[in-house]
Amino acid sequence: MENRAIFSGKLLPCLLILPQLAVSLIFFYWPALQALQQSFLVQDAFGLSTEFVWFENYLSLLQTPEYYHAIGVTFVFSALVAFFSLTLGLLLAVMANRNIRGVQIYRTFLIVPYAVAPAVASVLFIFMFQPGLGMIARALQRNGVDWNPVLNGTHAMILVVIVAVWNQISYNFLFFLAGLQAIPKSVIEAAAIDGARPMRRFWTIIFPLLSPTTFFLIIVNITYVFFNTLGIIDTATGGGPNGATQTLVYKVFQDGKVGTDLGGSAAQSVILMVIVVALTAFQFRYVEKKVHY
Amino acid sequence: MIEHRRFGNLLPHLILLAGVAIVAFPVYLAIIASTHDNTVIANGQMPLYPGSHGLETYWNTIVSGTGKTTRQAVGVMMLNSLIMAIGIAVGKIAISIISAYAIVFFSFPFRMTAFWTIFITLMLPVEVRIFPTYKITSDLHMLDSYAGLILPLIASATATLLFRQFFMTVPKELVEASKIDGAGPIRFFWDTLLPLSVTNIAALFVILFIYGWNQYLWPLLITTRDDMQTIVIGIKKIIDVHDALTEWQVAMATAVLAMLPPVAVVVLMQRLFVKGLIETEK
Repeated sequence: MENRAIFSGKLLPCLLILPQLAVSLIFFYWPALQALQQSFLVQDAFGLSTEFVWFENYLSLLQTPEYYHAIGVTFVFSALVAFFSLTLGLLLAVMANRNIRGVQIYRTFLIVPYAVAPAVASVLFIFMFQPGLGMIARALQRNGVDWNPVLNGTHAMILVVIVAVWNQISYNFLFFLAGLQAIPKSVIEAAAIDGARPMRRFWTIIFPLLSPTTFFLIIVNITYVFFNTLGIIDTATGGGPNGATQTLVYKVFQDGKVGTDLGGSAAQSVILMVIVVALTAFQFRYVEKKVHY
Repeated sequence: MIEHRRFGNLLPHLILLAGVAIVAFPVYLAIIASTHDNTVIANGQMPLYPGSHGLETYWNTIVSGTGKTTRQAVGVMMLNSLIMAIGIAVGKIAISIISAYAIVFFSFPFRMTAFWTIFITLMLPVEVRIFPTYKITSDLHMLDSYAGLILPLIASATATLLFRQFFMTVPKELVEASKIDGAGPIRFFWDTLLPLSVTNIAALFVILFIYGWNQYLWPLLITTRDDMQTIVIGIKKIIDVHDALTEWQVAMATAVLAMLPPVAVVVLMQRLFVKGLIETEK
């Protein structure tokens, strides 16, 4: 950061920065440190005494099969949501980037899902997929699919993936569109003069030039799935059936709500924090470098 | 376009129309369902055109319960959501614009330490530190209060970074000119910097309003009283009655009401929204 201090005075800037520092310290650093401290402690059943146990909470966490199951669920969920919402977003953005009439109108409709809260989006889809009364559920049942997300883990996963993809399309569409519009026309025209057909131009020129946007969006989508889908899962499936849709964040939430194993729950939080910091660092690296091939 | 296409732009139109259909259908269905009687919906025989119970359902939903349940009036929830969303947007903008001002236009001890202290908060969303934050909010006696709903969520660095970046593009000459005119730092902030930042503030407001309105986990944890619920968590309680008792028309009317303000903001302020979205993320 360049040094461009222009006004003199020491008290005023301190007062100006104080509110944000106070809020950050009270609601950010303090709880984060408490989670860290808690994760090294074990409390007895009555909360009377606590004992410092080093990494025992982490080790016992890494020995529970449910934790690995939650890691697997998170991985599958993130991969599916990122793949489908990125593909659809890119397809729609490429189409909207052509010189066609009514792009403004299409765009207006396509950004609506961004404004819908994940939990509310979930309610919209539950209504369509509710066995017995939902329009799509009934259509599936008529065609011999025994659709039941309450009992069938795969169906529950499909349901939350659909909601999350729907919720995330707008974001990917807007960023891909901005990325496409930043590609200079002259490059594409040059390729066209060389005889490259549209599909070839897309894969050999446009797609590689979009790679910074794509990398950025992959990270954002994974972060979205990690944290913002909690409302979707809580409303649609409650993590069930049998943990089939229990992601890491949802597990922290559920274990913490029960509140019997404070240390284990804190250890889970700390692991999540490490994952987010890693993802963010990774994102900064790539966004800074502006990957091209 | 570069080459002439025989079928013109038929394919893009078809694909975009399909996209719009996928995006709009669930919303359309919710609007339709909110105008039908619950028995029609529960039978699975709901038609795809509006019914005649709309006014009645919305009245029941917003103002009073239907008698069958002890449900909170959704109007109250909407008011809570509104206070929370505006509180978060205004609070975040207010604290971050002044801290960015301090960081860019002053030199004071520990300036960079302060900057990094704020910057690091960018990395951890409230979801990962949720229970310790809950405990602290509870220790501060902020459960079931607007302060408790708002304050923990305004601790984030995105807005500060945005303003910092914008302030660094403000030419030095502008500051020097107002100094010559005898303006002090506070005067410069009010008369020059703030008017220049209006677009940025508005764009940020749009994004933060949606962020605040759509919060789920935090209000779910810290509100226990029904009259403090926001609409996004209230809706879950309406469909939580997991059987034939669910009043689907009320649930759908609530969903429509929960979508209305943020969707209106995004659609009506599209230009600001896109600007805000792209600038806060980069």
